Amino acid sequence: MLAHLPVLQVLLPLMAAPLCLFLRRPYLVWIFTLIVSGLAFLISISLLQQVMVSGTLVYEMGGWSGPWGIEYRIDKLSAFLLLIITAMSTVILLAAQTSIQKEIPENRQIYFYILYLFSFTGMLGIVSTGDVFNVFVFLEISSLSAYALIALGKDRRALWAAYQYLIMGTIGATFILIGIGLMYQMTGTLNMDDLARRLPEVAQTRTVFAAFAFFIVGVCLKLALFPLHLWLPNAYAYAPSIVTAFLAATATKVAVYLLIRFTFSVFDLSFSFTALPLQTLFVILGLIGIFVASTAAIYQKNVKHLFAYSSIAQVGYMIVGYSIGTTMGLMATLLHLFNHALMKSALFLALGAVMYRIGSVQLSSFHGLGRQMPFTMAAIVAGGLSLIGVPLTVGFVSKWYLVLAAIENGWWPVAVLILLGSLLAIIYVWRIVEVAYFKEPVAGTDGVREAPMALLMPVWLLVGANIYFGVDTRFSVDMAQAAARSLFGVSP
Amino acid sequence: MWMFEIPPFVPFFIGAVVILFTRGILRSAIMIAIPVVGAIHLWMVPDGLSFQLSFLDYQLMPYRVDKLSLMFGYVFHIAAFIAIVYSLHIRDTMQQVAAMLYAGSALGAVFAGDLLTLFVFWELLAFTSVFLIWARRTERSYAAGMRYLIIQVLSGVILLAGALFYGAENGSLEFGKIGLEGMAGWLIFIAFGIKCAFPILHNWLTDAYPEATVTGTVFLSAFTTKVAVYALARGYPGTELLVYIGAAMTCFPIFFAVIENDLRRVLAYSLINQVGFMVVGIGIGTALAINGAIAHAFNDVIFKGLLFMSMGAVLHMTGRINGSDLGGLYKTMPKTTVLCIVGAASISAFPLFSGFVSKSMVMSAALENGFDWIWLMLLFASAGVFHHAGIKIPYFAFFAHDSGIRASDPPANMLIAMLIAACLCIGIGVYPSVLYALLPYDTGYNPYDATHVLAQTQLLFFSALAFVWLNLKGMYPPELRSVVLDADWLYRRMFPTVFQNLFSVIHKADNGLRRAFLVRLEKRLDNLAVRHERLSGLLSRNHPVGSMVMWVAVILATYLFLSFFR
Repeated sequence: MLAHLPVLQVLLPLMAAPLCLFLRRPYLVWIFTLIVSGLAFLISISLLQQVMVSGTLVYEMGGWSGPWGIEYRIDKLSAFLLLIITAMSTVILLAAQTSIQKEIPENRQIYFYILYLFSFTGMLGIVSTGDVFNVFVFLEISSLSAYALIALGKDRRALWAAYQYLIMGTIGATFILIGIGLMYQMTGTLNMDDLARRLPEVAQTRTVFAAFAFFIVGVCLKLALFPLHLWLPNAYAYAPSIVTAFLAATATKVAVYLLIRFTFSVFDLSFSFTALPLQTLFVILGLIGIFVASTAAIYQKNVKHLFAYSSIAQVGYMIVGYSIGTTMGLMATLLHLFNHALMKSALFLALGAVMYRIGSVQLSSFHGLGRQMPFTMAAIVAGGLSLIGVPLTVGFVSKWYLVLAAIENGWWPVAVLILLGSLLAIIYVWRIVEVAYFKEPVAGTDGVREAPMALLMPVWLLVGANIYFGVDTRFSVDMAQAAARSLFGVSP
Repeated sequence: MWMFEIPPFVPFFIGAVVILFTRGILRSAIMIAIPVVGAIHLWMVPDGLSFQLSFLDYQLMPYRVDKLSLMFGYVFHIAAFIAIVYSLHIRDTMQQVAAMLYAGSALGAVFAGDLLTLFVFWELLAFTSVFLIWARRTERSYAAGMRYLIIQVLSGVILLAGALFYGAENGSLEFGKIGLEGMAGWLIFIAFGIKCAFPILHNWLTDAYPEATVTGTVFLSAFTTKVAVYALARGYPGTELLVYIGAAMTCFPIFFAVIENDLRRVLAYSLINQVGFMVVGIGIGTALAINGAIAHAFNDVIFKGLLFMSMGAVLHMTGRINGSDLGGLYKTMPKTTVLCIVGAASISAFPLFSGFVSKSMVMSAALENGFDWIWLMLLFASAGVFHHAGIKIPYFAFFAHDSGIRASDPPANMLIAMLIAACLCIGIGVYPSVLYALLPYDTGYNPYDATHVLAQTQLLFFSALAFVWLNLKGMYPPELRSVVLDADWLYRRMFPTVFQNLFSVIHKADNGLRRAFLVRLEKRLDNLAVRHERLSGLLSRNHPVGSMVMWVAVILATYLFLSFFR
């Protein structure tokens, strides 16, 4: 049983999804989905433990060993990502039933859970598999279900946003497929491990360069790196709150995982950083992304848009850390991956609570909310502080390591720009605080009460995690460090 | 068993939470009890105590006790107590909670043993104190508070950047002597300098303090700048640059204090001037000078508090604070008048008042170490203080022409607070040995020797003589009385008009320059905002799919180009 965990992790939600159709009642489906996600979470903990103790786990599908059969490989990086995805999904699902009651018509609620499970499966699959074609398949599973999930939003523009995302996402996936195809053409293999061995022989051919370029562009689209971020704000803003929280906490993280996996494990690191001036390009795009997206966030009138732009800026931070190209930089990126998942899930769930009570997340409807929904607003402020990077929150920890990594590498201007970027975060967070706490409530909203416990509890669980992992950094830092070191081939 | 490990800021933070949930008498009792209990607690804490924990890769020391921090710890408790008594009549939860948190943050900062903890409290100081300004609830105070907050937070951000550099350079974040070597030293120096109101960086102080509430200003005057003085004394003792900065700080505010009409703003300028003395002392860096700086900080908290309280009382009772609107109040506010004069005498360093016993230490240290010119500047500054804080304040408010206002003395709690401060001023002036025993170094200094007393008395009496004589002869220009006295004593009485004009020219030129600069800046910003609006529209508008795909093509083409034609 224990030996099959790597594949069970993916199979469990995949099998569970069609089963939902038999349960019929949304409430039961919710419980069922929650249990499945919880089980996946337990499996990921167990996998993490095994990986930490005995190193990389290799699971051979049907007993066919590698390059011929399909392999599932769980190393420290995958185990860390699996933990993030399953933990976030479980906490977010806690709030799901209450939140979607107001946002999705009852006859579609079951489909919501099915799609959610498929999207969940896709992400877990991408992270666990050791086969590049499998990556594409799972990418499509998770993306197609994500398009449909976004289209469930009650705003009519949701359909249009989902359609745009569909086109962009498909282009991204196609590019990735082209990249994979070109690789296959040159090496005749789809197994990551095998690719890593064979690619160096043909590394100096144009086909491999083209494969690499196509792949990188595809992934950059998926992770919404500036200037390929344009699909993201609307997709996040018009999706149902739960979907936004789930995608913000996990989808871009998986894309960052793909980037790291391919540039470190499949292509050689020396190839990845020399085939293109990748470091320079990414650090420039990352920094521009931070400033452009943060500035755009300041001017948003819809709070979901605001945090969506902030997500793009946060991706910028991750990419800057990645492009520093040292163990420390990669560690900062992985740490921020974890920390950003905590912040954004807390913030978007809290917005879900606002949506539940007010039915809108326009900044103008936040007037006086500080008094009407004190706990929800306090959670948004706490999440905002974390986003800014105030000490004692997770945001501070990741910024700290990012700045240290930049300084260690002698990139002083980058370190300064990163800190300046947080100043912009102060402004856009302050805009919400100002409206919520210093403006009088709009007439006719007297009846607005605090959100129900079912929403508040997961929100505060996440806020608590934001503070806990901001103080006790042992787990997150150790994990990120171990994963970064193993990718650089440094023995711990 | 006494719980020494509880850092002194904890009672204040707990108190802030408790008073949120209490009302009336109970709240007052708790507010008074906290500084008293805190002070007793601090008195028992042994020197040299510290508390460590590790965070990330660094050893942090959130709580460290030594003589330097204890000294500031004591005076902050005294100041908090006096200010709380002074504000007992207030019924404003926001102000009271903010004041408690603010006092607690100041205590946290002076007992911080590492730069990260210092940064946290540094920012807390800013965020809590700004509510004391906003509590006045006027448009002006909101704007002033906002400007204050931005500058204070900026100082914190620079401090954090400096701390990061410091950690990277030295592998430790311990807050000890830093010195001006390297990037870290300069960044932290600038951060401290902003809070300390270095020239050019000082505008936040004179801008915001007079806009705070009556009681808020009393709190503000006690903590922020003194925390900065503490930080400088800890990080940069003996940095010669500080001598010149400090000397400039003692002199330049005098010119502005002379022309200013808002009496609380006059006091704000004189606060910078007093801090200048401390900065000079820290810059000289000998045992005597450091002692002098710290002792002066201790005294300044009390007498400047007393002066702000007396002006606050005037504002509270009459609703006015401009020198030209006031006058003749001594008839109906006799107690306030007397207490204000005690404060004025202290700040002017009359013998037997507290200012004398500490200011003379800094001056002696300057002379001993060959800073003759600096000594002369300090002498000029002392005369300047006497005229704008020692004479102008009480004269304009309580004497001068009768303004016809018949306000009575303020409520009892305000009088009691002022009385306590006044007693401390005189007590320290008469028995300076009590204060000296608390200082970090033992220098055996005696302020009451013939030279000091004579020199200071001469200075003061000649000023007074000139003032009286001019007044009798009716030659005292009515609008700018105080300038004459200042210039007269230093440059004979031939030049008063010249200087008067010069000052107003300087002031005008300065004002004009600033205004021009501001207008230009504003235009720039407007321009930027307009362009920005366009920019943000460009950034956040909805893009058609075509343009998105175009970007994909552009990026792909770039990547392919770069990898093919390296």
